[in-house]
Amino acid sequence: MSLQALTYLVVGLSFALYIGIAIWSRAHSTGDFYIAGRGVSPLANGMATAADWMSAASFISMAGLIAFLGYDGSVYLMGWTGGYVLLALLLAPYLRKFGKFTVPEFIAERYYSKAARIVAVICLIFISFTYVAGQMRGVGIVFSRFLEVDVTAGLLIGMTVVFVYAVLGGMKGITYTQVAQYCVLIFAYTVPAIFIAIQLTGNPLPQLAFGSEVVGTGTVLLDKLDDIVTSLGFNQYTSGTKSKIDVFCITMALMVGTAGLPHVIVRFFTVPKVRDARISAGYALLFIAILYTTAPAVGAMARYNLINTIQPGEVGAVDGNLAYDDRPEWMQTWQQTGLVRYEDLNEDGRIQYYNDKNADFSSRAAEYGWEGNELSVDRDIMVLANPEIAGLPNWVIALVAAGGIAAALSTAAGLLLVISAAVSHDLIKGIFMPKISDKHELLAGRIAAAFAIAIAGYLGFDPPGWVAQVVAFAFGLAAASLFPVILLGIFFKRVNKQGAIAGMLTGLLFTYGYIEFFKGLFLKWAGAPWGENVAEHWLFGISPEGIGVIGMCLNFIVAVTVSYLTAPPPERIQRMVEHIRVPRHFDEDHV
Amino acid sequence: MHSENRLAYWRANLRLVALCLIIWFVCSYGFGVLFVEQLNRIRFGGFQLGFWFAQQGSIYIFVALIFFYAWQMNRIDRKYDVHED
Repeated sequence: MSLQALTYLVVGLSFALYIGIAIWSRAHSTGDFYIAGRGVSPLANGMATAADWMSAASFISMAGLIAFLGYDGSVYLMGWTGGYVLLALLLAPYLRKFGKFTVPEFIAERYYSKAARIVAVICLIFISFTYVAGQMRGVGIVFSRFLEVDVTAGLLIGMTVVFVYAVLGGMKGITYTQVAQYCVLIFAYTVPAIFIAIQLTGNPLPQLAFGSEVVGTGTVLLDKLDDIVTSLGFNQYTSGTKSKIDVFCITMALMVGTAGLPHVIVRFFTVPKVRDARISAGYALLFIAILYTTAPAVGAMARYNLINTIQPGEVGAVDGNLAYDDRPEWMQTWQQTGLVRYEDLNEDGRIQYYNDKNADFSSRAAEYGWEGNELSVDRDIMVLANPEIAGLPNWVIALVAAGGIAAALSTAAGLLLVISAAVSHDLIKGIFMPKISDKHELLAGRIAAAFAIAIAGYLGFDPPGWVAQVVAFAFGLAAASLFPVILLGIFFKRVNKQGAIAGMLTGLLFTYGYIEFFKGLFLKWAGAPWGENVAEHWLFGISPEGIGVIGMCLNFIVAVTVSYLTAPPPERIQRMVEHIRVPRHFDEDHV
Repeated sequence: MHSENRLAYWRANLRLVALCLIIWFVCSYGFGVLFVEQLNRIRFGGFQLGFWFAQQGSIYIFVALIFFYAWQMNRIDRKYDVHED
C-alpha cells in the first residue's frame, strides 16, 4: 500500500475511535460539560491530562528544537515537567477541595470580587490564545504534510477539523477521548524512536541509546555528534549558547507557567477526592515523562541522521556532500510544503549544510569552496520527518502522522473548552446574566469556541516563532498573572482583593508588554515588534521567553504590598481558606 | 486543642512541601543549570553528568517526588484524622 493510502487509513481509524468514544460518553449536564461530573479515576485523569498537556509543541516541535539547540533545549524538558511538582504540592489538592468549575471562579470567591474575576478571565484569554496560536501552527504543519498541501491550506483544514471536534463533546467526552489519544500519541512517538535507537546503537531504549556507542565506531553517540557539529562550525551539542541566567529564567517561567495554566489546573477539578488530585498529578507526570525522556534521544539521533545524510563523506572533500540529484525522497516531499528549502549557492550541484553565521568557521568554508549554507530545514518538521530520514517502513510514518494529529487535537480541544467556559460560565453566567439557563450557557460556550478558533487560526498563519517558542510565551503570561494570586490565595490569608487585582494586572501587563516589544504577538498589524530582539537590549539579559519570572516576582511583590496597605479580607474569606487547606473538616467544623 | 491540631496539620504539610521543593530545586536548577559545567566533567555511562541531569535525571526525580509527596500526605492526613473516607 502506498504511504499516502496508509496514512489515510491509520489517521481515519484513529478518528473513528475518538468520535466513537466522544459519542459514547457525551455530556448530559453542565457538570459533565465542565468537569466530567467529577467521576474520573486518577489513572484515567492522569492519562487524559498527559494527552491534553502534550500538544503539537511537545509532539512535533520539541524534539526538533532540541535537535538544533542541544543542551539549551533542556529548558523545555525540565520546564514542562517540573511544573507538575508545583501543581501537585501547591495547587491541585486545594483547588479540588474548593470544588468549583473554573479558575476565575476560585479567584472571584477567594478575593470576593467580580472585578478580580474579570481580570482573571482576561489573563486566561491572553494565555489560552497565545497557546492555541502555537497549536494551530502545529496542526497546519501536520495536515500540510499528510495531505501534501502547503502550510496555509493545512492550517485551514486543521481549523475545520478542530472546530467540528470541539463542538462534539464537553469535558466528559474530551477526557475519555484523550485517554485514547494518549495511547495513540505515545505509541506513535516511541515506536520510531525505538527503531532508530536500535539502528544507530543496537540499544532499544532511546533513553539509554543516545548515551551508547554508535554501531561499528566505538564512540558514544553524543560525543560523535559533538565532533560532527563542531566540524561544520556549529556549537557543541552538549553545551549551550544561552546565558545561565536566561536558561534559569526560561526554565522557571515554563515550570511556574505549567502550574498556572488554566486548562491544566481545571483537570484536577474532575477527580472525586483531594487525595486523588495529588496522585493524579503523579500519574500525569509519569505518562508525560515517557515522552519527555524519549524526546532528547529523538533530538540527538535526528540531528545525527540529518547531518550524516547530507554530509556522508569527509567534511571539505569535493564529494563529501550529498549530490542534489541523489537527495532522498523525504527531502523532495518536504520541499513541496516549503518547510525544507535548498539553494545551490556555489553551483556545484551538491548540498552544503553548515553554520555560515560562525565567523571563525568562514575562512575554512571559503577554503572548501562553500559560499553559504544551502539547506534550511524547518525545526518543526524534525519529528515528522525523522522516520523517513531513518528509512523506516511506511506504517511507522503513517502512525506518526496520526500521533501528531492526536496531540494537536487533544490540546486544542482542552484549550477551547477552557476559553468557552471562561466566556460562558465566568463572564456571561458569572457576571452579566446570572439567570441564564444551562442550555443557553452551553450555546454561548460553543459560539465562543468558534470565535476562538478563527482568531487562533489568524495567529497561526504568522506566528512569532517556532511552535514550541510561541507556546513558551503563553507560559510566561500564566506564570506572571494567575499562578501568584492562586498560590497566595491558598497560602497567605492576608492577601485581599486589591492586592490580587493589582498583582495580576502588573504581572500580565509587564510580561505581555515585554514580549510584544521584542517579538510581536497580537499587535503585528500596528508595527510590533518595536525592539531589536538581541541579548544586549534585554532586561538583565533575560529573553522574552524567560521574562515571565520577573513578571511573577512583580506580581508577588505588588500583591503583598498593596494588601498590607489596605484592609484585610473579611472573616468568612479567612475561614474559607482554612477550610480548603484540609481534605476533610476537622470535627469542630460540624459543631 | 482543635485549632492547635489544625495548625500542627498545616505545619506538617508545609514542612513536607519545603523538603520536596528543595530536592526539586537542587536536582533541576542546581545540577542541570547552575553547576552543569562542573558536573559535566563527570561521566555517567555515556553521558556527561550535568547534561544527563538536564535532559533525563531531573524528570525522573520529579515523578518520584510527586508520588513520595502523595504517599506522605496520605499518612499525615490519617495521623490528624482529616483523611477522606
